[in-house]
Amino acid sequence: MATPTPIKVNRIGLEPAIYKGGKTTLCAGCGHNAISERIIDAFYEMGINPAQVIKLSGIGCSSKSPAYFLGGSHGFNAVHGRMPSVGTGALLANHKLIAIGVSGDGDTGAIGIGQFVHLMRRNLPIIYIIEDNGCYGLTKGQFSPTADLGSTLKTGVVNDLPPIDTCALAIELGATFVGRSFSGDKKQLLSLLKAALSHRGTVMLDVISPCVTFNDHEGSTKSYAYAKDHDDPVEDVTFVPFFEDIAVDYEPGTSQEVTMHDGSKLYLKKLEEEYDATDKINALKRLHETARRGEYATGLIYIEPDRDDFLTQLNVVDEPLATLPLERIRPGKEALEEIMEGLR
Amino acid sequence: MSPTDLAVQEQQSSTRAHRIVNDFSIQIATVNGSGSQTANMVLLRSILLMGVPVSGKNMFPSNIAGLPTWYTIRASKQHYIARKKEVDFLVAMNAETAKEDVMTLEPGAAVVYDEPLKLNTLRTDLVFYPVPFDVLVKPVCSDAKLRRLVKNMIYPGILAKLLGIDLALMDKALAKQLGKKAKAVVLNSAALKAGWDYAEATFTKQDPFAIEPMNETAGKILIEGNAAAAIGCMMAGVTVVAWYPITPSSSLCESLIGYMKKYRVDKETGKATFAVVQAEDEIASLGMVIGASWAGARSMTATAGPGISLMGEFAGLAYYAETPAVIFDVQRVGPSTGLPTRTAQGDLIQAAFLSHGDTKHIMLIPCSVEESYAMAMEAFDLAELFQTPVFVMMDLDLGMNNWMSDAFTYPTGPINRGKVLTAAKLKEIGDWGRYKDVDGDGIPYRTIPGDGLPSYFTRGSGHNSKGQYSERPDDYVENMDRLSRKFETARAHLPVAVVQNNPKAKVGLIGFGTSHFAIEESRDQLREETKFETSYLRLRAYPFNDQLAAFIDAHERVYIIEQNRDAQMRQLMKLELTPERQARLRSVLHYNGLPIDARSITDDVLAQEGFEVAKKTTARVSAGSAGGE
Repeated sequence: MATPTPIKVNRIGLEPAIYKGGKTTLCAGCGHNAISERIIDAFYEMGINPAQVIKLSGIGCSSKSPAYFLGGSHGFNAVHGRMPSVGTGALLANHKLIAIGVSGDGDTGAIGIGQFVHLMRRNLPIIYIIEDNGCYGLTKGQFSPTADLGSTLKTGVVNDLPPIDTCALAIELGATFVGRSFSGDKKQLLSLLKAALSHRGTVMLDVISPCVTFNDHEGSTKSYAYAKDHDDPVEDVTFVPFFEDIAVDYEPGTSQEVTMHDGSKLYLKKLEEEYDATDKINALKRLHETARRGEYATGLIYIEPDRDDFLTQLNVVDEPLATLPLERIRPGKEALEEIMEGLR
Repeated sequence: MSPTDLAVQEQQSSTRAHRIVNDFSIQIATVNGSGSQTANMVLLRSILLMGVPVSGKNMFPSNIAGLPTWYTIRASKQHYIARKKEVDFLVAMNAETAKEDVMTLEPGAAVVYDEPLKLNTLRTDLVFYPVPFDVLVKPVCSDAKLRRLVKNMIYPGILAKLLGIDLALMDKALAKQLGKKAKAVVLNSAALKAGWDYAEATFTKQDPFAIEPMNETAGKILIEGNAAAAIGCMMAGVTVVAWYPITPSSSLCESLIGYMKKYRVDKETGKATFAVVQAEDEIASLGMVIGASWAGARSMTATAGPGISLMGEFAGLAYYAETPAVIFDVQRVGPSTGLPTRTAQGDLIQAAFLSHGDTKHIMLIPCSVEESYAMAMEAFDLAELFQTPVFVMMDLDLGMNNWMSDAFTYPTGPINRGKVLTAAKLKEIGDWGRYKDVDGDGIPYRTIPGDGLPSYFTRGSGHNSKGQYSERPDDYVENMDRLSRKFETARAHLPVAVVQNNPKAKVGLIGFGTSHFAIEESRDQLREETKFETSYLRLRAYPFNDQLAAFIDAHERVYIIEQNRDAQMRQLMKLELTPERQARLRSVLHYNGLPIDARSITDDVLAQEGFEVAKKTTARVSAGSAGGE
C-alpha cells in the first residue's frame, strides 16, 4: 500500500502555495522577480500568516510586484512616492499587522523622498524595500536619483548628478535596521529578509535589482555584471530564528551576535575588516568608503534592535484601534455634559 | 480730559437722545499679541452672563505680534448673531489704525480711546471717552513687563460702567476665562476695577448704548466651531487623526487632542484609544487617513484650501479605490496663500471635484457650531457607508470665532460602519468581489486587512469588480458607472436642505454655511424695511437632492448667496439644472474676507430687484492691515 507523499508545510501548517502571488508581468530576468521569490521564501520559512500581512507600494515596476507574492494578503498599490503615509495609517489602525512595502529608486529617491525621510524618522515597524535599478523602467529608462555619477543610459547619456545613498540616508534619519543586498544574492537577501521579520522598527533594505531592459549594459553601475563584480559584503549574515534550535559555533572574536526583538539571533561573521553593525558612525563611514571605490557595501549595514518604534511611542491600547467597540471609542453622556458645563 | 472735550460731548449727546438697549456692536481695535483676546472674551462672556444674546468675531492678521487686530462683539436682543456692518461703539487702543477706525464710524457712535491718541479732534459728531490707560495700569501692576498685557483688561471695566454690565458678572467671566491661574485672576480683576472706577469718577454717560439684563442665554454655551467639530469627531469614535498645522483649521485638531487626552484614555491602562500624528504635510495627512480607514479605523484630517490643493491626488485615489476619509476644510481666503486669517467659502468647486479624471465628492456644509458637532459625527457614518471621502466644508468665521449655542445633545444611535463583509454575508453573496454591486445601490462590500476574510489588492489603477488590474473598456465603464450610481444613492442619505417657503414670496434666497445668520437677519430687514417677502432654502450638503429644483420652480427669481467671487455653488447647480431653472438664478456675492453681514445682502438683493437703495455711509471693509506678512 502506497503512502501518500506528505504535503510540505511550514511551522504554522501552511503550504508554500499559499505564499505565492499572481503571475508576474515584469520582464523576464527582471531582478524584482527574484526579490519577490525571496520574500515568499522568507515569509514561508518564518511561518508568518499571510492574513496578518499587508503589502504596500507606490508606483513603478517595483510597485507592481506586491501583486506577485503573498496572494492571501491585503495589498495597497498607492500613489507615486506616497506609500509610507498609507502604510503609517494602516499600522496606526491595526498595529498587529505585519507590513511590507516595496518601492523603487524613483518612487523613493525622487517623488517620494519627503515621505521616505519621515518614515525613517518615525521608526515605523515596516519592512521597506527599495528595488533599486537606477532608472525609471516603466517610463522607458530615464535616470533615477540613485544612478551613480558617470553611469550611462543605453543611449549614451551620462549621469552627472551625485546619487542619493538611501542606506546612508536611512541610518542618518533613524531607521533601526538598514541593509543592502543584490537581487542575485539568494543567501544574503533571504537572511536579511528573515531577520527583518524579527525586527520591531523600520527595516530599510536597498536591493540592487538590475533592469534587464533599460539598465543592464556596459557603462551602467546597476547592471548584473557590475553589481556582481563590485559587491563588497561587510560581513557574512547568518540568521537563526527563535523557533529553531541551532547552535552556531564561531571562534571567539570572529562574529558579532545580535539578539532580535522576538529572541531570534543574528550572527554577523567578520570578513577581512572589522565591522560593528551597531555603530552608526562606523556604518556611515563604511558606506562612504565603499562608494568612493565604486563598490557596494552589502549585508546588514546598521542595526539598533532595542529602540522603541513609533507605535510603541504613541502608547495606544493593546487591541487594534480599528476594531475597538463603540463603548470604548465614544465617551459617555457625562463626558459631554462636563464639556458643556465648561463652556457655559 | 480737558474741559473742551466735555463741551463737545454735550453738544453731541443730542444727536442720539434715545437709548439703544441690547442691540449694538462694539469694535475693539488693538495690536495682536497684546493679550487683548482675553479681555475681549471677558467682555463677550459678561454680556452672555447678563442674559443677552451675543456673538464675537475676531478679525486678526497672519502674524504673532505687532499688527493691527479687531474684535467685534454684537449684543442682539433679537438673536442676530451675524456680523453687524456698522460699528456703534469703538475701543481704539491701536495708534496705527485709530484714525481710520474713527473716520469710518457712523454719526452718533461712541469711542473709548487711549488718551494720548487725541482722537476727539477728528470728528464732532461722535461721543468720545478718553482714558489714560498707561496711568491707570501703573498702580494695578508693579511688574513693568506685564503692564502691556494687563493694560488691556482696563477697557472691559470702562465698558462695564458705561454700558451697565454688572462688574461682578465680569469678574465671573474673568475667572472662567483664566481658569486656575489665581494670581492672574487677582491682577486682572484689579485692572477691571480700575477701569470701572475711572469711568465712574470721570465720565457722564453721553452715548445711547446700554446692556440690560435679559433671560435669553440660560444654559447656552460659547464655543468655536473647530472645537465643536472636534467634540463631534470624538463622539463619532474617531481613532486615527493625521494633520498638518494650517490656519484656520489647526485648532480643530488641537482641540481634539485636548479632549481625547481627557476622555479617550483607558482608565486602567493609561493607554489611548486613538492615535494622532502630526504629518510632514497635507499629502501625508490624507495618505495616513486613507491607510487607516482601509485598515478599518475611523480616520480624519483637517485642513484649509492650500492643504486641499495638495490632497488632490490622494482624494482621487480614495474615490477610485473606495476608502473612507473624513476631511474638514476650514475655508480661508484664496487663491494661493491669500488672506490666511480671513473667511471665505471659496473651496466648493475644488472640493467637489478634487483630483483628476471623473471624480466627485460628497460635501457637508454646517452653518453653526451645533451643526459642526452633528455633521462631524454624520461625516464618519457617510464616509464609511459610501466608502469615499467626505468633505466637511466649514469656514474661518465658523471655525475660529466663538458662537453662542444651545448645549449639544448626546448621540443616541449606534455608529454606521457601512458594508463591511462578514463571514455570514460572504456565504450569502457567494462569489464576492471587492467592487461588485451586490445590492444595486453602487456600494460594494469591503474586507478589512487582518479580518481573516478574503483579501484583495487595492489600487488606483483600472480594476474590475474583483479588484484585479484591468484595462478592458467594459470593466472600466462598468466600474465608473457603478461609482456614479453610488453617488446618486448618496443624494438621499445626506442632510436635507432647510426650507422656509413663504407663499407670499416671488423671490427665494439660497444660502449655506455661515451666511445663514446674515440671511435670516436680511430677510427681516427686507420684510420690515421694504415689505419685501422672501423664501429661504439653506443647503446643507452636496450633491443636491430634489428640494433644490422644487424651490426654484416655486419662485420667479432665486438669489444664491455665497462668500466667494465666482458664484461657485451656483456653478455646481448649473451642472444639474435645466436651462429654464438656471435662468431664474441670481447671485449675491461677498468676498472681502470679512464675515458676510445682513445689510450687504439686503442692499444687493434690493438693487437687483430694482429698488432705490439708500446710500448709507461707506461700508467698513477696511479692517485689514497693509504690510507685514
